[in-house]
Amino acid sequence: MSTPAPAATAAAIDLVYRTESRAVLATLIRLLGSFDLAEEALHEAFRAALEQWPRDGMPANPRAWLVSAGRFKAIDGIRRQARFSPLDLDLHDAGVDGPDAIDDAALEDDRLRLVFTCCHPALALDAQVALTLREVCGLTTEEVAAAFLTAAPTLAQRIVRAKAKIRDAGIPYEVPAPAQLPERLHSVLRVIYLVFNEGYGASAGDQLTRHDLSAEAIRLGRLLVALLPDPEAIGLLALMLLHDSRRAARSTADGELVLLDAQDRALWNRAQIAEGVALVERALAQRQAGPYTVQAAIGALHAQSATPEATDWTQIVGLYDVLLRMEPSPVIALNRAVAVAMRDGAEAGLQALDAVLESGELSGYRLAHAARADLCRRLGRRDEARAAYARALELTRQGPERRFLERRLAELEAGTGAAVDPAAFRSTNG
Amino acid sequence: MKYLCLVYGEEEKIATMDDHDCLAVDAALRGSGHCIASEALQPVATATTVRVRNGRLAISDGPFAETREALAGFYLIEARDLNEAIQLAAKIPPAQVGCVEVRPIRPIREQPRSGLAAQAAAE
Repeated sequence: MSTPAPAATAAAIDLVYRTESRAVLATLIRLLGSFDLAEEALHEAFRAALEQWPRDGMPANPRAWLVSAGRFKAIDGIRRQARFSPLDLDLHDAGVDGPDAIDDAALEDDRLRLVFTCCHPALALDAQVALTLREVCGLTTEEVAAAFLTAAPTLAQRIVRAKAKIRDAGIPYEVPAPAQLPERLHSVLRVIYLVFNEGYGASAGDQLTRHDLSAEAIRLGRLLVALLPDPEAIGLLALMLLHDSRRAARSTADGELVLLDAQDRALWNRAQIAEGVALVERALAQRQAGPYTVQAAIGALHAQSATPEATDWTQIVGLYDVLLRMEPSPVIALNRAVAVAMRDGAEAGLQALDAVLESGELSGYRLAHAARADLCRRLGRRDEARAAYARALELTRQGPERRFLERRLAELEAGTGAAVDPAAFRSTNG
Repeated sequence: MKYLCLVYGEEEKIATMDDHDCLAVDAALRGSGHCIASEALQPVATATTVRVRNGRLAISDGPFAETREALAGFYLIEARDLNEAIQLAAKIPPAQVGCVEVRPIRPIREQPRSGLAAQAAAE
């Protein structure tokens, strides 16, 4: 070699761990046919790296080296444990120094296999989420448990059961066939969005946003788009970036809620907005816009408005009409009603809102009551506003939101309080 | 892998289906080698439930539990993995009005559990 191998310092190895361990794990799962074996093999591989790389220098392809090492150690371990030699194991290229057919393309496919397997619809949704965060994102069981306000042993059991189901029911480690891909992708996107929402507007507890989870979801979204540039995957990434761009403006220093129209737009992350807008355009250009893309387009319109007054509510209502045709859900109809209020005034908005509330499906949805409360307040219908705020308060589990609603209620009692844009409540969609 | 596909549906809905559609799917599954066994069942009213407690036989009329969707038939299939089993199950006509439960077979002959071992494993 004409140039010396780069220094394999502890920091360099740590960097390799942070950037490569997930991909290595994904390939080891395929080669070894088991999540648990693969995890052990990953640990063994890095132990070997810590021993050998300081001595021999960083390998040219650390990923391939780690995969080889992991597989070798695992097979070695299996051979020593087995009473008879497992005839189906291919031991020929198990050597660490042997030529390896593991190329980067195959490794990327393995990451996709891992994502689709963890998000398989045959697993319970909470199991999909836990497994994805653990295996694809590399969070520890404790970190996942903390993020979801669950006890660690409960979370651990959930993951154990999910792996058992994968094994016992024969969930294969594969990327779905093209015919099944759209529906299976929907499953993956749902998991990613759920993780994002959990981080964005924490459903319980006192922190308004748990941005670690949002960042994780965005990372997952980027991975998915890099591996599978499907328009809806692009749309979801755009949607997450656009929502996340408002993170700094969404709460005060004390952690209190700041609604969209009251946010300091100078605090919005322009880089994320630019990226999000570009992604929306890329997704729309593929002419297969789905619900995430349309929601992202709505987000882009907000993000591009210099002031709340400049918001193009007519286009937004139009986009909600499109979205409603794709996904006739009451929550989307609610959001549309709120946009109608902004375009046509509170009276029209209230009519649209009440039409949605009639079905009764949103009676347990706090944001529906909060929106009604606000429209009634704008129309001077104080008794109705009071009742709706009270109902919303009964349903909210989150500190900042609760305090916001309490303040509104107090303002109502005192006869004060400015009109506010109900669309500023970011309604979660499923 | 072997899977049992249990076909469930509301009896009135299943009764409106054309048997020939089911027979066509059945023939295709048998022809492709996926189907090991398959049968339609008489309605739940014809069922009899058998229990043995303390050496005594107890017989009751009807299925073991009254459910809105009743067991209407089954397919025992051989599939490469769950994804293939799901695709096959989705072809069964009652899946459109009811549902099909896809359950993997436990290899009891190859790996029989003794009662005590199961208890010890649970501890």
